[in-house]
Order: sequence, then C-alpha cells, then structure tokens
Amino acid sequence: MVVMKMKFPFQKRVKLAQGLWLLSWCAAISGAITFSLGCILKTELRRRAEVMDNSDIHVVPNTLMIVGLASLGINYFASKICQDALDAGRFPRWKNMLKPYFAVSCFFTVLMLLAVIMSFAMKGSLESSLKVGLRNGIRFYKDTDTPGRCFQKQNIDRLQMDFHCCGNNDFRDWFEVQWISNRYLDFSSKEVKDRIKSNVDGRYLLDGVPFSCCNPSSPRPCIQFQLTNNSAHYNYDYQTEELNIYLRGCREALVHYYMGLMNAIGAGVLSVFLLQASVLVSLRFLQTSMEAVAGNENTEIETEGYLLEKPLKETIMEYIEPVMKFFLLTNQVEEGTPGAPAST
Amino acid sequence: MAVLRLRFTKTKRDKLAQVLWILNWISVVTGVILFSLGLFLKVEINKRGELMAERDIQYVPNMLIAVGIIACAINFLGGKICYDCVDTTKFLRWKLIMLPYIICTFFFTFCVLVGALMCYSMHGELEESLNLGLAEAIRFYKDTDTPGRCFLKRTVDMLHIEFQCCGNNGYKDWFQIQWISNRYLDMSKKEVADRLRSNVEGKYLIDGVPFSCCNINSPRPCIQQQITNNSAHFNYEHQTEELNLWMKGCRQALLEYYTHIMQSIGLTVLITWLFELSVLTGVRYLQTSLENVLRQGDLDSESDGWLLENSFMETARTNLNIIKSLGKSNQIDTGALT
Repeated sequence: MVVMKMKFPFQKRVKLAQGLWLLSWCAAISGAITFSLGCILKTELRRRAEVMDNSDIHVVPNTLMIVGLASLGINYFASKICQDALDAGRFPRWKNMLKPYFAVSCFFTVLMLLAVIMSFAMKGSLESSLKVGLRNGIRFYKDTDTPGRCFQKQNIDRLQMDFHCCGNNDFRDWFEVQWISNRYLDFSSKEVKDRIKSNVDGRYLLDGVPFSCCNPSSPRPCIQFQLTNNSAHYNYDYQTEELNIYLRGCREALVHYYMGLMNAIGAGVLSVFLLQASVLVSLRFLQTSMEAVAGNENTEIETEGYLLEKPLKETIMEYIEPVMKFFLLTNQVEEGTPGAPAST
Repeated sequence: MAVLRLRFTKTKRDKLAQVLWILNWISVVTGVILFSLGLFLKVEINKRGELMAERDIQYVPNMLIAVGIIACAINFLGGKICYDCVDTTKFLRWKLIMLPYIICTFFFTFCVLVGALMCYSMHGELEESLNLGLAEAIRFYKDTDTPGRCFLKRTVDMLHIEFQCCGNNGYKDWFQIQWISNRYLDMSKKEVADRLRSNVEGKYLIDGVPFSCCNINSPRPCIQQQITNNSAHFNYEHQTEELNLWMKGCRQALLEYYTHIMQSIGLTVLITWLFELSVLTGVRYLQTSLENVLRQGDLDSESDGWLLENSFMETARTNLNIIKSLGKSNQIDTGALT
C-alpha cells in the first residue's frame, strides 16, 4: 500500500528537478540564516549569563546552530542529486546513499521542529533560572571585595539601567537584603547600631534602593532612600508615585525580552522547517519517479512517484529493526559467554 | 611639449577603457558611501540637537551628502562613457562632451577635497556649540514643568549614563546651579530657607549631583549628596575618591565622540578623493589617445596620450587669453550698442 502515489510525465519530472534545484539553494541559504540566528541567540544569552543560575536554556541556540549547519549539508547534496537525476548515466551512483541520506535528513528536519517547540516551551525553565540567578545577584551586590563576585554590583547596576527594572520581583527585594557593605558603615553611629540590632540576622536593612533603580523620566530628582516614609520627602506619596524608580522587576523584564527574541526566531525557523520539508518531499518524489525509469531505453516515459513504498508504521519498523537487532545481538552475545565456562 | 606623454596601442586603449569602466562603477559605490556617511553624521548631530546651541555646523554633513550624490552621478556618466570608448564608433557620440566632462570632474574633485578638510575644521565650532548648549541644558534641568523643556532632564540624565560623564566641564558644575525644582522644596523648613538666603540670587545650591552622575564601577553605593563633606560619610575622602562619580565632563566626552566620527569620515573622504583623481587621470589619457587616433585616421594604430598638450605654463596662458578675448568681445558688443 503505497503512500501518496502521483503520476509524473517526462516534462513534469524535468520541471520538478529544476524547481527542486532552486528550492534547495534557497533552503541552503535559510539553513545559513538559521545558524546565524542560533549564534545571535547564544550571544544574547551569554551576555546576561551572570544572572542565570543554569545554562539549560542554551539547548535552544545550540540545536539551532547544529540544525543550520546540517541543513547546509543536506541541501547541498539535494541540489547535487537533482542535478544528476535527469541524467540516466549519473543517477545510479547515488542509489546506495539515498536511504541513509533520507534517514539523516528526516532526523535533522524533525530536530528543527523540536528546536522551535523548545523555544516556546522553555519559558518556565528560563524563568526559574533567572529567579535564582537574580536573587543571588542581589544578595552578593555588596561583596565588591570578594574574588569571583567583585563585578556583581556592576552587572546588576548595568542590568537595571539597560532593562529599566529594579530588583527580582520588584524594588521591595532590596529592602530584604543588606546591599551596603559593612566596610562603609560607621559602627559607632547610633542609627547604624539600631538598625543592625532590629533584625535577627544582624543585617543593615533599609527601605532604600541603589541609584541604578532611578527612572530618568521622573520629573523630580530621584528619591532612593526612605522610600516608604512619606514625611521624609516634600510632596511625596510612595503609593501613588510611579515615575520615581522603575516599578518592573528584572526577572519579568528579562523573560519578556528573551521570549520576544525566541518567538521571533521560532517563527523564522518554522518557515525554514516548512521549506526544508518541501525540499525533502520533492526530492523523494523525484527519486522514486526516476528509479522507475531505470532500465528502460525510452527515458521519456510516464512513471509513478510515491512517498513511501509501505505504510508509515512498516517503514519505521524497517529502519529501526537493524538498530534494534544490533543492540539485541550484542546483549545476547554478552549473556552467552559468561555461561560457557560454567558448562565445561 | 606634452605633459606626461604615454604611448597607447589599440589593445592597451581597450584595456584602459574596460578598467576605467569598472573603476567608475566602484566610484559610484564610494559616492553612495559618502552620501550615507553624510547622512549618518547629520543624524548623529540632530540626535543631540537639544544639547547644542545654534551654530553653523550643519554645513559639513550637507556638503558630504551633496558631494556623495554628485559623485554618484558623475561616475555613472563616466562609466557609460568608458564603456562606449571600447568601440571607436560609439566614442564619436561622446567626443564633444568628454572635455567639458573632464573639466567638471576636475573641479568636482576640489569640492571633495574641501569636504574632507571641512571635517577636520569643524572642531572649534562644535566645541563652542556644545559648551553653550550644555550650560543651558544644565540650567534648565529642573524645569520639567515648562513646555519645551520637559524632556531636558531625561536627555541630560541619559547623556550622563550613555557617555559616562557629569556636568559641562566636570561634576562641580552642578554645585553652581539649582537643579532641584522649587516644587519639591519644603520652604517651611529651616535648612531650605537658610540655603536660599545664603546666596545673592536666592537659589537652592547644594554640593550634590543627580543620580545619573553615579559611576557604576564604584565598589561602594553611590554618594551623590554632600560630596565635599568628608565627615558626612564613613571612610570617605572626596579629594582622592575617583570611582564614585564620573570624572569626565560631558563637553569633552561629546567632543571626543564627534571628533572620532569626523576623523574617520575625513579619512574616508580623502581616500575617495585620491581614487577619484586617479580615475580622472585615466579618463584624460583615454580621451587624448582616442582623439589622436581619430586625428591619425587609422583606428587600429598606436597613438599618444597625455595630460596636457603643451606645458603647464603655455596651457594656462592660452586659457587666460581665451577668457580675456571673451571679455573683449563683450566690450565690443557694448561699444557697438552705444
């Protein structure tokens, strides 16, 4: 039971070959574009790597780069095959390569689709990675003298100014953390001693934020200390004040930015996937219709082309069986040999 | 006594024409590059238009844009002429136009050179414009409720953050003006009233700077108020503290930025000028050699090409005489009329 049989007169075969050659070069360029999109995404993710806890999200750009490179190879061979397809003398040399070629191409095309799905599905992983990374960043903000953490302050300041955000969930995260190092606190002052005694961990907590949270669009000079104390500042109500500091949390800002980037890239890669799939389908039709011509003296006869010779399930079993046999056989041999000395 | 005479065989002439055709097309591309450089400079200057006082600095990008467009047009025409010069019959079409074309292009290359030199001469005007513009911007920083100046605060803050600078010459410029609006000052407080009374003009002056002057590379949280008061902050010495605020003045920062752009543009224009001059020389040789071939009659023979037919002094004298006789013919006309 053949899957998708189609009749191919000679002219249609010629047109198919020509169209396929053009299509495969377009697909090759799209493969290069996919590779560069993967590189762009990786670079962007690495720029803020200090506020990410793990690099699980990097699987998306890595897959895109692999698929882009593979697509270049696949489409190069596709163009070569369809160039040779109409020449009865040159086509037979591809005969042995075509089965593994189609298997590898289908694998990488499916991988491309997986990359697109992952770029939409990994939002949760990205968010949790950023949550932990930002929390640590804010905690170690004051440790500019600890090796390995000296640049944490700079990174967080730059992040807050670039993305117009403050803190992890919002600016109140800064109230729960001591972000002023003990090196700059005068321990002989009463105010400092009071604050440190007022909480269990002995930390200097205040209702203030670093200067990088300040919003330049505010009409008044930035208020960064005593934020919740309305009487400390003239004509100030912290509950209605929206323009003074950035109200958005950095986690939300970063997730929004990266998801926007990945959605745009995902949409592009989806269209590349459709192009690649159409190249493979056309190549399969060309191959099967040309194989029917082989052996005939008259190369201009009408032939039939199909996608799969047997139904889908049987074809998959046909491909997987050798792989399964290889693994089962090695297992059987291993079980057999320990038993042999015991029997003698 | 021709200037720089060279002998040209037929194949050499044809090769010269082909090479010049390609070079003319490359010159069209460089013309487009000049145009886009002029456009880029114009956009960059307009982006910071609020921070520059009224000065005549727009002439440099305008000149570059005009030169770029004219270069495209001239080299496009030159390409067409050189393409036709391979075939001597087609050359006859262009015979009369070629000499005026070469003269125009020669004067045009002067314009290109002037454009390049202008890039380097803009420095002084730009500095003065920035000096006045920044002083005004800092003065009107607090006027976020005055129409026309509401966004000046944001512009100055973003300038500090982007160019890593503070004030006009340095951060001390902020000590001399009132940058906190009266709307946010509690006039009933003694401290505020004291400060207002302490100077002649009744301005609220403090030794503090806006948050945008804070240096992100500082290991300690930013100190922006009471900067000159060492005892107000623990372990702080304002004379030796370099990482707390941006030390560079914004005028110097912007000047460095624009000077860098203009030096790169000036260099590109100089290289374009040299290229145009070499193309022009090639076209002149082609023109003279083709004219000599036509004069000799045999289209396949060798001919001479030169830059000037007679020596430089003689050519200058001949041209001056032509111009004088043109003037004289005018006088005769006016004489005949009276």
